[in-house]
Formats: sequence, structure tokens, C-alpha cells
Amino acid sequence: MDFSYTILIPLIPLALFVILGIFSKKIPASISGWMGSIGLGVTFVLSYYAAYQYYLNGKVNGVYQPFIYKYNWMNFTDKLHIDMGVLIDPISVMMLVVVSTISFMVHLYSRGYMKGDDGYTRFFAYLALFSFSMFGLVLATNLFQIYIFWELVGASSFLLIGYYYTKPSAVSAAKKAFIVTRFADFGFLVGILIIGYYTGTWDFQELNNPEGSVITNWASTSFMGLSVLTWALILIFMGGAGKSAMLPFHIWLPDAMEGPTPVSALIHAATMVVAGVYLVARLFPMYYFIEDGFALQVVAYVGAISSLFAAIIALTQNDIKRVLAFSTMSQIGYMMLALGVSGYHGHDGLGFMASMFHLFTHAMFKGLLFLAAGSVIHAIHSNYLQDMGGLRKYMPITHITFLIAALSISGVPFFAGFFSKDEILTAAYENNILIYISSVFVAGLTAFYMFRLYFGIFWGKDKEYEHTPHESPMSMTIPMMFLAFMSIAGGYIHFSKYISPDHMPFEAHLNYYLAAIASTVGLIGIVLAFIFYKKENNLSERFSHAFGIFYKWTYNKFYFDEIYLFVTKKIIFGLVAKPSAWFDKNVVDASMIGIGNVTESFSYKIKGMQSGKFQDYAMGFISGGVVIAIVVFYLWIN
Amino acid sequence: MIEGISIYEILTLSSIVFFVGVYGFFTRENLITVLMSIELILNASALNFVIINTYLYPDFLQGAVFSIFIIAMAAAETALAIAIIINLYKLVASVEVKDTEKLKY
Amino acid sequence: MDILSLFVIVPIITVIALGFSKGLKQSRIVALAGMLVQLGMSINLIFAYLKERAVNDDIMVFVKDIMWFEQFNIHYSVGVDAISVVMIALTAVIVVAGIFISWMVDDLPKEFFISLIILSTGVFGFFISLDLFTMFVFYEIAVIPMYLLIGIWGSGPRENSAMKLTLMLMGASAVLSVGIFGIYFNSNIGTDGPLTFNILEIAQVNIPEAAQNLFFPMVFIGFATLGALFPFHTWSPSGHASAPTAVSMLHAGVLMKLGGYGVFRVAMYLLPIGAINWSDFFLVLASIGVVYGALGAIMQKDLKYINAYASVSHLGLVLFALLMFNKTAWNGAIIQSLSHGLLTAMFFALIGMVYGRTHTRDVAKLGGIMKVLPFIGAIYVITGLAYLGLPGFSGFVAEMNIFVGSFQHDDTFHRILTILAVSSIVVTAVYILRMVGKIMMGPLSNPEYANLPKATWYEKVGLVMLLIPVVIIGVMPFGLGEMLKESIEPFLERLL
Repeated sequence: MDFSYTILIPLIPLALFVILGIFSKKIPASISGWMGSIGLGVTFVLSYYAAYQYYLNGKVNGVYQPFIYKYNWMNFTDKLHIDMGVLIDPISVMMLVVVSTISFMVHLYSRGYMKGDDGYTRFFAYLALFSFSMFGLVLATNLFQIYIFWELVGASSFLLIGYYYTKPSAVSAAKKAFIVTRFADFGFLVGILIIGYYTGTWDFQELNNPEGSVITNWASTSFMGLSVLTWALILIFMGGAGKSAMLPFHIWLPDAMEGPTPVSALIHAATMVVAGVYLVARLFPMYYFIEDGFALQVVAYVGAISSLFAAIIALTQNDIKRVLAFSTMSQIGYMMLALGVSGYHGHDGLGFMASMFHLFTHAMFKGLLFLAAGSVIHAIHSNYLQDMGGLRKYMPITHITFLIAALSISGVPFFAGFFSKDEILTAAYENNILIYISSVFVAGLTAFYMFRLYFGIFWGKDKEYEHTPHESPMSMTIPMMFLAFMSIAGGYIHFSKYISPDHMPFEAHLNYYLAAIASTVGLIGIVLAFIFYKKENNLSERFSHAFGIFYKWTYNKFYFDEIYLFVTKKIIFGLVAKPSAWFDKNVVDASMIGIGNVTESFSYKIKGMQSGKFQDYAMGFISGGVVIAIVVFYLWIN
Repeated sequence: MIEGISIYEILTLSSIVFFVGVYGFFTRENLITVLMSIELILNASALNFVIINTYLYPDFLQGAVFSIFIIAMAAAETALAIAIIINLYKLVASVEVKDTEKLKY
Repeated sequence: MDILSLFVIVPIITVIALGFSKGLKQSRIVALAGMLVQLGMSINLIFAYLKERAVNDDIMVFVKDIMWFEQFNIHYSVGVDAISVVMIALTAVIVVAGIFISWMVDDLPKEFFISLIILSTGVFGFFISLDLFTMFVFYEIAVIPMYLLIGIWGSGPRENSAMKLTLMLMGASAVLSVGIFGIYFNSNIGTDGPLTFNILEIAQVNIPEAAQNLFFPMVFIGFATLGALFPFHTWSPSGHASAPTAVSMLHAGVLMKLGGYGVFRVAMYLLPIGAINWSDFFLVLASIGVVYGALGAIMQKDLKYINAYASVSHLGLVLFALLMFNKTAWNGAIIQSLSHGLLTAMFFALIGMVYGRTHTRDVAKLGGIMKVLPFIGAIYVITGLAYLGLPGFSGFVAEMNIFVGSFQHDDTFHRILTILAVSSIVVTAVYILRMVGKIMMGPLSNPEYANLPKATWYEKVGLVMLLIPVVIIGVMPFGLGEMLKESIEPFLERLL
């Protein structure tokens, strides 16, 4: 079988980026939108074709085989080098499908959403750059290639968040996103360096081989009681947590909503933010086998805590995009915890499969939620829930698609989210009851805040709008409809047939007992939201008063931003950077200037010797002569 | 040869004259007195030549000849120095040493 | 005429021709023509070198040796390896770009270009020299015109900065010359031949350990002061801030590279035992410089100061890598020299363009320039991203080579220092994004800026010229890395 055509999948967006980027002034908006959409359409077709070909024929003796095409990009040492290439295996093909679907839909959608914007062509150039980087990340054959594209997606995210670059809030959000993830990437890079030093390879095939020397020799060197490789994996997970907005690196994600809404859908909901999940999944055998899965435990708990934390914050936010952002964080926490509780062989790998499954369905329904939110924002020019209400009459398609996505994310039976979330809960139930309980609680919260949004936007009283809201154009509604279809149909794919940690298909069945609990909790959430928000009433305010301080903390996102601000502004800038700038000016530089000043003042001191009085000179001459005479005489008599 | 006076007394005298001259040369404020101090130094050395010649080598005349040279040279030197001082006076209207410190720095 | 001496002769001819030209228009054309010839020759040299390398296994190729002072055995001796070849190409690119950027220098244009080209003559001569004495002479030729260029065409407290820069570099070269004479007077130990300044011949003898320990720090500090080693870096911020644009470009882009180049070509090659004994001490200084320069850059308000401190950090990385005695790290150090040279030249050019239009370099006063000057803004953002080590640009290739190479050291101390150095990538992101975000993005800070003139053709040419090699190195690093590693090997062998 030949998959070498998959190299075109990243190269087409790259070519688009170069062309649109260099000639952004020359290409008119009408052409650039089509160029981007057609280019991504081609990658969409190629990705689906690759998936079809691979999942149907990729097995040898019942095991999915990896296909690798690579060339040597740069040599470090004899052993360590960076290859650029494509790795085709079950999860990368699945990610290709996700990324190309969402990216294609977002391109189509943006043609309508961005219409009339000055930087239309620039926007499509950035989107193409992002798609290129994301495809490269997904297809990476080794850790360093992932890191390279990891940085590139970070940069394209920076450019896209800061797309409205004259808006100060967008600029600071872009900076924040880049710097926070960069800090996390520092951990990632150190992890890569440690792995390179101790194992001598970055190639996924060598690292992930359960019988290979890397995994079997994990105990050979330890540092502070843990294997160095465990440290490396934790540091790599730090990078993953940064990109995936896990605690405590989540602070950039809500602010990133300053970017245009299609960008939020593409990058900050469906693709880039799940890169951390993908990274852990990529290295799953290492996480699982080294130190008996210590690092994986870390992943599980960070995921579970983030998921709960974000769901609580999402209850109180009023900016609909921020609610969706916290919801994204919460759902990614789900994926992380699913990976964290997963086993490796056969049916034990359920958590891994569930995580990937949820990644897939989440991309579809969360992408859709953002696109629908964008459609609403496009119509009424506001992000805030209090400015919305009664929109179902004006925007029927947006209303229905939003409802489908909300039902899906809430885990209502027969929608895609129900199936994937149920697999996650099953995996958690089988391994860690504590995490299971918290996850079920989060499921209820999710349903509640999603329907708070739904009722708040589409029901209730009409607000005062600048002009009568109207349904978005076809270019925007068609992608939404497609994703709505996927948000239902995606759940009926038998993921366990295709994806498992050991690449061997297994049978996973719905656990009806657990599914019933989860859907009941979800329905309770929906009903509560119905009571609180269907009609305008003061129930919610009474509740928030009842919770008092807790509500305030939640509303302010537990003051994480303030803590970070304090650390950077007061401690790093104030206590480190400022003193070192002062030290440079007043100690280092001053001592160099001091040398000059000492020389100068010394010369002032001794210039009196040149008095200009001939008598002084004669005195010097004669006393010199006398001294010499005495010396000569002394030497002569000896 | 002077009866009752040995070479030592005379040499002591000439040394006193010499150092008086040196002291004057270094400390006098007026250029003319500085010049006079130089004369003292020269005359002390001329005296030495004559005395040493007379007392130690009475058969030779070199010392006396040298003292005549010194007198001649002193005259020339004085003439030159006076000329310089007069010119300096025209320039700075003073013959004080402290007004001649143009070489400073 | 051999291929290398032309690199000194062409600038000299250009200077003579400049002597006969009148006015801005003539002099800039003459200067540009001369330096374009130089650029063409340097590109040709890369290919000629590759061709020669295939058949010639010597450390240096195109060697040419002429006796200069018989009684002291001083030769005019030239030769190149891959490292000097790429450095020469870098210099040529930056000089040409610098001439484009100073297309409109209105004050004493003829004299300006003459000084600029004399400076570049020194740099070219330095990179091709094989004889310590000639190398030192060219080094001084490169430093002296700096004084005039800053003192006459500079801005702000230019006399003071020029004086400080020149005195500190002269002080360093005084120390350096002692070190060089130390090497010279030990150059015939064990051979009983005449004393020699020739690098390749000195490398054959083993200078006694005591002498190496004594002279290594002198030579190292002498060169590393030019490479902004902490705490001898303070000449660079004020010097850069006062220098005219093209001079800042040339200075940060090329002249500071002489430091790193000299360290490994002279200090480490000729005094390997001294280098090993002193490495820990200087390594600590270099790592401090890396982090400290980055932290210093955060708090600066003047754009040029930000860049100068950033240079302290990035060139600290070069010295850091050189002291790791590792092939990969050295390879990274040389690529970092190239990359930093190009990027910092771009930054200074851009700052010059912004300053020329708005007459301020204060970060607090600038804002939203991208809206008015889209080309300059876009290149500024690209340069910023490249500077903070984004993959696809040369900075990433260089930094990764340095980090991976340094981390291969078997000693834990060195690996911990490496992690410390890696942390600078975060701080770099902070100050670069702070600068880019403040001055390029956001709302326009001053309504007067709404009608600034757009980038002119010569500014665009200058910037694009510098950007192209950055992207080429960043996208296709394989060939460059292999070419450099081959030349690094004989130098590294002496240390292992």
C-alpha cells in the first residue's frame, strides 16, 4: 500500500500560505477565499481517502501497521537527528480526518464570516499556515518534528488571535497565549533533551516499542527517586498541558477568544488545543510502561481536576465564547483523564480509545458550537449573553444546529457525545472510582451550562438589537449543517475497531448501567437549566447570592489570572528583571566607567609635577643626578 | 699659598658659596637674583679650580686656565640670560619666576 | 591574484574610487558596486570552496603565504575553511544591505561610505587570516573606523558612547595582544625552529600548561569582550544606541562575531589545555550572560537597548556553546553567529526605519505602526518570531544545535547549565513579544504617525536580502550543518 500522497496534505496549505502571504496585497478577497477553500477541500478529500484506505486495508495479521515516509532534515550527532516525514498509523489518520474536516469547514465558513474585512487575504494565509503546521504535527514521525510543528501552531495561533491587531485586548491575548505556551514548551524541550540524552533516539517507533530497549531499560538512571524518563515524560506532558490549556496553564485559552470566531472554532476548540492529548496518545506506550505508569497518573489527575475546575467556572461566565472556551478545557480534561486511566492490551485500552473517540466527536460538536456562536455574534455584534435572547425565530438553522451540538456535548442518548463520553466514564469507572465520580459530576455541570447558553441565546425575551437579526448566509450555514450531521453520525463509528493502544482492534460495548447514570445526570442538568433560564426569572441571581463568596471566586476564575499577573509583574519583572537592569547600569557599567574615572582623576593628581617652574625642573634634575651619583658611588665602593 | 690657611678651610668656603648659590637658584622669586645665584655657583667652582691647582699641583696651570674659561663663560651666559630676561619683561612685564610658568601642562 | 586576497583588495579599490567620487549619488553607487562585487565573490567562494574541499583534505584551503617582516617571521598568510567561508558570506550580505539602508545618508556621504568600507575590509581580512599578527592588524582596522562612524554620524550622546566603545575594545585588544605575544614566544617549543605567528604551525607544538593557563584567559577575554561576554558587555548597548543604522547593523551583525570566531580559532585551537582548565569559569559567565541579557532586555525602554541586550543574550549562547567542546554545540554556535548576525541586522535596520520616520525609539511612545507601515510591520513581526527561535528560521536551527549538543555533555553540571540556558527562550519570547506587541500592534499611539511615508524600494531590498538567508538556513539546514561539521572536527580534536 502506498501512502506517499499524504505528504501533499501538509504541502498544499503550505503552498497556499506562501502564495497568499507574499501576494496578500495583490490577490483580491474574492479569489483568496476560494483558493483557501479549494486547497483545503483537496486535503479534505485526501484525508478521507487515506482514512478509508488505511482502516480498510492497513492491517497485517489483525494489527494496524505504521507506514513511514521520511528524510533526514538535520543531523545533531551520529545518533540524534531530526527527520521530516509522515507517519501513518491509526491515530494520525484519525487526526487527519479531524483536522481536515474542521479546517475545510472553517475555511468555507470564514468566506462568509470575514466578508468585507480589510485583512481577508491575510486571514486566509494565516489559516493556511495553521493548517500546514497542524498537519505536520499530526503526521510527525519523531518527537522533534512534533516540537517543530508544535512551535509553528503556537505561532500561527499567536497571529490569528492577534488578527485584529489594532485592538489592545487582542494583542495582549495573543502575547499571553504565546508566552504561556512557550513557558510550557520549555518543559517540553527539556523533556526532549532528556529523552535524547538517555535513549539516543527521538523516533516514535523506537521509543514506543514495548519490547524495545527504551522501555525495558527505563529504570537504569534515576533522579530524585524517579526514573529520568518519568521526569522527561512529566516535562513533555507540561508542554502538552500548555497547549491543551490544562491546569495551571489554562489562563491563555479564555483570552484567546479575542480572535475571530472561526479561529476559535478551528484552533481553540477542535485542533490545536487537543495537540496535548495527541502528544500523550502518541507516546502512550512510554507513559504506560515506564515506572508503571507514574507519569500517566499525573496525566489522569491533572485532566480530572482541570475538567472539574473548568466546568465550575463555565457556569458563571457571561461571554458566550468564554463559556465555550472553559467547556473546551473541561472536555480536554476528559480526554486527558481517559488516557490517564487507560491500560494497554486489548480491552484495557478502552480509555485510550475513548479519549480518541471523544477527541473526534468533541472536535465536531465543539467546532459546531463555535461556528454557531460566531453566527450569532455575526448577527447581533455582541459576545455577551445579556445582549441575547429569543433568537430562535430569526436564526432557525443556527438554532437547530446549536441545539444538536448542545445535546451532543451534554451526553444525551443517540448523539455522538453520548457514545464517546460513555466510553470515557466506563474506563474511569473500571480504574479509578474517584475520577469517575468527578467526571459524572462534570457531565451534569456540562449539560447545565450548555443549556444555560442555549436558553439564554435562543429563548427568553428579545433584546434591543441594532437591526433585526437575520440568518447567516449559506456559506456559513452549510458548514454548520455538515458538522451537525457529524455531531450525530460521529457517534456511530466503531472506534474500537480502528483505534487501540496496541493497534489491535477490540470489541467495546456500551455499558447500559453506566450510560443510564450519565444520561440521567445530563438530563438533570438540562432540566435545571430549563427551570433557571427558559423564562426570565431571578432564580439564578438568588442562587448566586446564596453561594456568595464561592460565586465571586468562580466568576473571577479563582483569581488565576491575578496570581499569574502578580508572579510575572511583581516577582519576575519587579524582583528579577528590574534589579538585573539596575545591576547592569549601576554596577557592571558603572565599574567600567569607574575604571575610566579613576584613570582620569589619577592623571589630574599627578599633573602638578609639570609645574612650569624651571626651578622645579632643575631641582628634579639635580636631585636625580645626586641619587644616581650616590648609587654609582655605592656600587663602586662595593 | 696663604700661610696659616689650609686647603680645607678654603674648600669649605667654596662649598658654602656653592650651596648658597644652589639654594638661591631654587628658591629665589626674581629672575635677576636667580642669575646672581648662578654666578655664585660658577664662582665657587672657579675658586675650587684655582685652589686645587695652587695647593695640590703648584707646577701646573690648567686649573687657573679653566677658571678663566669659567669667567668668560659666565660673562657670556650672563649676557644671554639678561637678554632673555629683558625680552621676557617686554612680554609679561615682570621678572618674577611665577610669571614665567608658561610651560605648565 | 588569489581568490582570497581579492576580498581585501576589492574594498581597498572601492575606497580609492570613493575618494574620487563626489556627492551622495556617486558615492553610494560606487560603494554599492564595490560591495556587490564582494557579495558575488563571496557566493562564488562558497561554491569554489565546496569544489576544492572535495579534492583537498587540508584544514585550510586556498592557502597563500607571503613574507611580510622577515626578522619577526610575520607573514601575510591567508586560507579558509567552511567557517570562514560562511562568515565572509554573512559579512558581504550585511554590508550590502547596510549600504541599501544608508541609501539616503545626507551628512558627509563620501566619508561615511569610506569608513564603512574600511571597517568591512578589516572584517574580511580578519576572517581570511591565518597569521596571528595579520589577524590582529585586521582586527584593529575593523575597530578604529567604528569610533569615527559613531562619533560623527551617530545620535544622542555619541561622543561619549564612541569613546566608551573604543576604549573598552582597545583595552580588550591590549589584553589580547599580550596573549598573542605569549603564544608567539612559546611557538617554537620542542621544534627549535624560528618563532612563528602562523596558526597552523603553532597548532603543531604543545605550549606548556603553565603558559596556556596564563595566556588563555587573556586571549579569551580579549576576543570575548567583542562577543559581549558578561561582564564586559556594557560598551555594546550605548554604542548601538548611538550608532547610525548601518553601523549598528554591521557592528552587531558582523563585528561582534569576530569575538566568537577568534575564541575558537585562536584561543581554543592554540591553547587547548588552558581552555579545558578555564572552561567552567567562563561557562558560568556565559550562562549568566545568556539569562541576564534576556532579563535586562525586558526592562529597557529604548528599542536599540532592547536589541543590544538581546544580543548579549544570544551571543552569550555562542560562547556558551563554544565552551561545551562538543561538535553539535559548536555547529550550533556558528549557525547562531550567522543567524544572530542576519536577524539583528534586520532588527537594527527596522529600528532605523521606524526611528527615521517617527524620530523616537521609546517603546512607550510608539504604537500601532503596522497599520501605517504594513511592509515594515510585517517584516518586524517575522523578524521577532525568527529571533525568538521559531522553526523555519535560522534561529531555531542554531538554538536546537546548541541545546542538544550541550545536553550531550556527560557532566551533570553542564547539563544543568544547559537547562538554565534553555530557559532563556521563554524570556526571549517575553521581551520580543512585548516589543512587537507594543510598537507594531495596538492602536496608533500618535495621530501624527498616520501619514508616515511607506517603505521605499531600497529599504525593501535591504530587508529582503537579509531575510532570504534566514529562511534558507531555517528550512534546509542539512547542507550547512554537514559542511560546518567537517571543518569543526580538526579544531575540536585538539580539545578532546
